[in-house]
Amino acid sequence: MIKTLLGKKLGMTQVYDGDNVLVPVTVVEAGPCPVVQVKTNEKDGYDAVQIAFRPTKPQRLNKPILGHLAKAGVEPHARLREVRLKEPADVKPGDVLTVGEVFEEGQVVDVIGISKGKGFAGVVKRFRAAGGPASHGSMFHRRIGSIGMRQTPGRSWKNQSMPGHMGAKRRTVQNLRIVKIIPEKNLILIRGSVPGATGDEVVVRAAIKARK
Amino acid sequence: MNPIVDEISQSQLKSDLPPFKVGDGVRVHTKVREGEKERIQVFAGIVIARKGRGINETFTVRRISYGEGVERVFPVHSPNIEKIEVDRESEVMRARMYYLRDRVGKKAMKVKEKRLSASR
Repeated sequence: MIKTLLGKKLGMTQVYDGDNVLVPVTVVEAGPCPVVQVKTNEKDGYDAVQIAFRPTKPQRLNKPILGHLAKAGVEPHARLREVRLKEPADVKPGDVLTVGEVFEEGQVVDVIGISKGKGFAGVVKRFRAAGGPASHGSMFHRRIGSIGMRQTPGRSWKNQSMPGHMGAKRRTVQNLRIVKIIPEKNLILIRGSVPGATGDEVVVRAAIKARK
Repeated sequence: MNPIVDEISQSQLKSDLPPFKVGDGVRVHTKVREGEKERIQVFAGIVIARKGRGINETFTVRRISYGEGVERVFPVHSPNIEKIEVDRESEVMRARMYYLRDRVGKKAMKVKEKRLSASR
């Protein structure tokens, strides 16, 4: 069974859960995702399905992709993504996956997205370095400090934390609980925050390290 | 905010709230869970502050209990609040009645009461 959907982050709010506790939630519009292609172990060497998301105008896509979608009988969609499966798929091209079928309330999921870009960031922001004193004659505020020892080893270690570009990377947040599912609007309310800005695309999948 | 997110937040709000203001004497009926059993506990006092908007809105109730001032902050839209009764309305000139904290004795709970309209 496919346990992955593509979605769009709509923003955050708070809701009261079953125990009357106010929990922070991220609202994600997930699916509907039509199946475009089914890959099988015999033919492709592994089992997977390709799913689509976000309907778009045909003139926004190129001919090869339009033909690929038309072969499965799927309307033009902007995003295609492959989902690996452990066992042969129980769906066929043209089938549509929706939140109500794929997920259930209380389930634990992983959310994958592109984190917000922070630009060129220093070590205090990027690696949570402590930084120096702000005043009392201190001239060492947010600088990087020492990056190594002396003649031995005579070089900086690999992975030495230094300033550089931060964010805008693919990130996975694991084990977030689904607080609520609204199938008629293709919405899921996921406890906590997920990577990316409002409006960004995310991948929601059943948690791979969920505690049983 | 996104209209869909807004709608979800709105759906969490209570629609049957009595209109109460800062300075009002209220009785807050809260659900208390003790193991399996659930019972209602009443916290009566004066509303001294109302903060936040929407789902984040809270109010602070102050009372004098055995000579000791006690304040409790409730989320306005919490399902744990069974109901809010307004005992007493008053005329106050502050949005936040924190000055009551510095008062002792009889003055501590004294708030100017609202005159009910002449027709009554």
